Amino acid sequence: MANDIAVGKGEPGCKKIDPILVADNVTRQFGGLTAVNVEHLEIPRGKITALIGPNGAGKTTLFNLLTGFDKPNTGAWSFEGKNLAGVSSYKVARRGMIRTFQLTKSLSAMTVIENMRLGAQKQRGENFFSSLFRFLWKGEEALITQTADDLLKRFKLNEKREDYAGSLSGGQRKLLEMARALMGKPTLIMLDEPMAGVNPALTQSLLEHIKGLKANGTTVLFVEHNMHMVRHISDWVIVMAEGRVVAEGEPSVVMKDQAVIDAYLGAHHDTDLGTMKKGK
Amino acid sequence: MTERFSLYQLKMLGLKRIGLFFAVLIVFLTALAGSAPAQAQSLSTGVSIHTEDKTVSQLIVGGTVKNDGKGVAGIKLHVTGPNFDEIAVTDENGKWQLVVPTKAKYKVAIDLTSLPKGVDLRDPNVTEREADVTVTDTAAVLFPLGKSTRVIQSFGDQLTIRLFAGLNLGLLLAVAAIGISLIFGTTGLNNFAHGELVSFGALFGWLTAVVFNLPLILAGVITILASAAFGYFQDALLWKPLRNRRVGLNQMMIVSIGLAIVVRYLLLIFFGGETKVLSGSFESVKIGPIDTTVTSIAAMGLAVVTLASVALFLTRTRIGKATRAVSDNSALAAASGIDVERIIRIVWVVAGGLTGLSGLLYGLQFQASWLTGSQILLLLFAAVTLGGLGTALGATVGALIIGFVVELSSLVLPVDLKYAAALVILILVLLVRPQGVLGKKQRIG
Amino acid sequence: MDLMLTLQLAIGELFSPLTAAYILCAIGLSVHFGFTGLLNFGQAAFAAVGAYGMAIGVLTLKLPLLGAMGFALLCVVAFALFLGIPTLRLRADYLAIVTIAAAEVFRYLMSTSGFAEVTGGSNGLSQFGYEFYTWNPVPKAEYNLGLFTWTEEQVWLRLVAFSAVAVSAILVSLMMKSPWGRVLKGIREDEDAVRSLGKNVFFYKLQSLIIGGLFAGLGGIVFVISMSNVQPSTWVTTFTFMIWTVLLLGGAATILGPIAGGMLFFVLLTLTNELLAGLVAIGWLPFLDQPQVAQIRFILIGLALMLLVIFRPQGIFGNKKELRFNG
Repeated sequence: MANDIAVGKGEPGCKKIDPILVADNVTRQFGGLTAVNVEHLEIPRGKITALIGPNGAGKTTLFNLLTGFDKPNTGAWSFEGKNLAGVSSYKVARRGMIRTFQLTKSLSAMTVIENMRLGAQKQRGENFFSSLFRFLWKGEEALITQTADDLLKRFKLNEKREDYAGSLSGGQRKLLEMARALMGKPTLIMLDEPMAGVNPALTQSLLEHIKGLKANGTTVLFVEHNMHMVRHISDWVIVMAEGRVVAEGEPSVVMKDQAVIDAYLGAHHDTDLGTMKKGK
Repeated sequence: MTERFSLYQLKMLGLKRIGLFFAVLIVFLTALAGSAPAQAQSLSTGVSIHTEDKTVSQLIVGGTVKNDGKGVAGIKLHVTGPNFDEIAVTDENGKWQLVVPTKAKYKVAIDLTSLPKGVDLRDPNVTEREADVTVTDTAAVLFPLGKSTRVIQSFGDQLTIRLFAGLNLGLLLAVAAIGISLIFGTTGLNNFAHGELVSFGALFGWLTAVVFNLPLILAGVITILASAAFGYFQDALLWKPLRNRRVGLNQMMIVSIGLAIVVRYLLLIFFGGETKVLSGSFESVKIGPIDTTVTSIAAMGLAVVTLASVALFLTRTRIGKATRAVSDNSALAAASGIDVERIIRIVWVVAGGLTGLSGLLYGLQFQASWLTGSQILLLLFAAVTLGGLGTALGATVGALIIGFVVELSSLVLPVDLKYAAALVILILVLLVRPQGVLGKKQRIG
Repeated sequence: MDLMLTLQLAIGELFSPLTAAYILCAIGLSVHFGFTGLLNFGQAAFAAVGAYGMAIGVLTLKLPLLGAMGFALLCVVAFALFLGIPTLRLRADYLAIVTIAAAEVFRYLMSTSGFAEVTGGSNGLSQFGYEFYTWNPVPKAEYNLGLFTWTEEQVWLRLVAFSAVAVSAILVSLMMKSPWGRVLKGIREDEDAVRSLGKNVFFYKLQSLIIGGLFAGLGGIVFVISMSNVQPSTWVTTFTFMIWTVLLLGGAATILGPIAGGMLFFVLLTLTNELLAGLVAIGWLPFLDQPQVAQIRFILIGLALMLLVIFRPQGIFGNKKELRFNG
């Protein structure tokens, strides 16, 4: 089946027409357990890519590795053609690859608007010496606040502006975290289970926001373990199981893939996933 | 509404229990104090908060003459200064002091003829030192003694002696460090009040053995029981309520600091600031170049037996295995039917008893005072961290390493830096291998 | 017991230069712990580095006093770098143990006889602060302020000490209202979140350690100038924990907390001390004697620390939502 994302057929580790992130031979072991073992992976630019797989498939670990929050045993990866392996997490974010967390990390003892302002990058007032002189960063702060207020309005959090982030509901925190990540103007935003713990009413608007990001030209990579959730919004789906990429493709194709069904039903099948993959 | 009410009740309960804890502690110690009259604070124990506008007009020159950590009695010191010429004699603890009339510099000379046989100044060239009371009200002058250096020891002999001393200290530290390690393993608490359990053991040992004049074995048993009870009450009245309130671990760590200060000064008030001598048998034993006492050998033997028993307890008994399971993963342990709170209580009792015992052994060989425990607290943390937080075997190995470091460091460093050497090792280990020598790397995320 | 005298002593504590010294150390700790969440249990060492740096600057390096103060603050920065670069990546509770150990090592180094030529060993150093009083612009006189009579030197010392407090508080207030302070608060809440937003968390923690350390170093300088000597036994762990008590009393994440906490702490301490001493003197507390009364205040400090952390971790002036202990 033809597609405008991959070079040729969608299969694990396939080449993309316009990749933004390319990873090779990334492995991570915890004691004897291999949590991640990805031979080759490319993320297409300007698309919404879903990374799905059952619990324990290594999705979050892969996220941690790619964003510098964990160190791999082996592997190399590049972002927009430049090496990103071994780069510290904060530099990863400065390069334009900003992530969120599965367990939301909203800064609860700070207000919503302060959370947002913190998301802006390269602030002059964040330098110690200029921090003491308000006139040096007053203008910049006003601009940042304007951007933050716009985003809050878009995410319908403007009424919570002065509330402490700790007082928000789980879903609102997810929204806040996503909005805060956008303050950094990412080229690639990596959302770790943005829908987890969010009530169904909010889920729909979250999905809309994710679509909206793509419309603005941002590449989206998000983790989800419920594969039905991703069908409507993603352009591309990557399936992980037991640390490996077991399938890739457009949502409608991947959902029918035997390897994916096996990955989710795992234990009920006698067939070994590894041989399944090779057999394809 | 009901939930809020029960939370309030819990809060009140916690308050009451904490109040009760202090009531018990105070009543308990007041009872002890009846038989142990508090002595006046001595020169060396003065820890002062500022008293700027209330300066004490008394000017004191004093000090302690020690030989191998023990005070030496009957040493004469000649103190001279402007319009002042007096001779002081050390008491049975090696302490001496003189009240001097004016803010000035005084000369203190030690009378070499009053030294016991075979003992000489550690630095034979300095027989006279200066005491300056121009800015401070007290000045301490120390004349450290040592084995007469006229018999020069070979480096090999010195090394053997230091290794033996290191083993001795390491074993003592290990008995106390296992307590910290067990508590950290099961509850995650860095207990800064652990040193006070050591002091408690040492002072309680002195109380029973010296003041009540009980046979040493009986005194030891009573001390261990009292320390175990102290551990029990600490957990029952303070730590368990705090766990129930879901007080954070860092918060509890600071609570333990507060508790340490409270208990330390309660001990000072009820036992006095004097350093107690808890004499066992000082009968000398000579093994090659090592010159030690029957007490030291017995204490080391007892420490080894205790450590072996703890190891057997942890690996062979059901409760011991459950303790290790809780240390490994308390949620999992709870899910598999282990009563975690009960295990923690047992750990506190065992840790209390062990630490009390180590305090007693420490007191028998070195000294017993209200500061005994806080002086070695950081060494204990060093031992536990070195071995890998939360593993009993690790704590033992760490303690032995620390013991050797402390004693061997004095081959190359001044003696007053030997604790510093151990702490530097602690810092270095944390930097290079935060999980400790034997600890496993934790899985992140 | 003389009530008037007691009151006078207690109020005197409000204006004591030593109270100012503790407050400065507590302001430093508020930067470390209150705003950045660093569990620094070695604040005594930062103060000690300031104190010894100045004394050694004057006595050994023969610097003028102002130069020696500058040298002292440079030493504090060096100490913060030396301590912070390797340790700020460690877990919070490890940082606590490393800082307390480092503080003790520093104290042992200052008191060892090996370096006594420079440090004065266990006797410490003195006679370094004369120049301070030559700067005194206050005319020579006895100043009668109702409750107290101060000499011009006492007035000068207090003026300088409390000006240092005021300037420090204003500086911290400016810092914490800025985007820089926002990053620190973010780190206190969750450093991974701040990292994910592109901030160099380690560098900010290091800056926080240095800045907070400088306030403590200044505190140390004020302390030894008013004592006119520096002794190793001052900088024990109890000193650090008194600063913690002062800070937690007022509110760790507040600007005025350390100041109010410090004043309240010493006034309460003096009042209870005098009250107990009075009760002992008239025989109402037969189980205590006078020296023990001085020891009781340490028990009160410990008790205050415990109760504050358990029941009011945000301090008297803090906002509960603004500061919770993490972990």
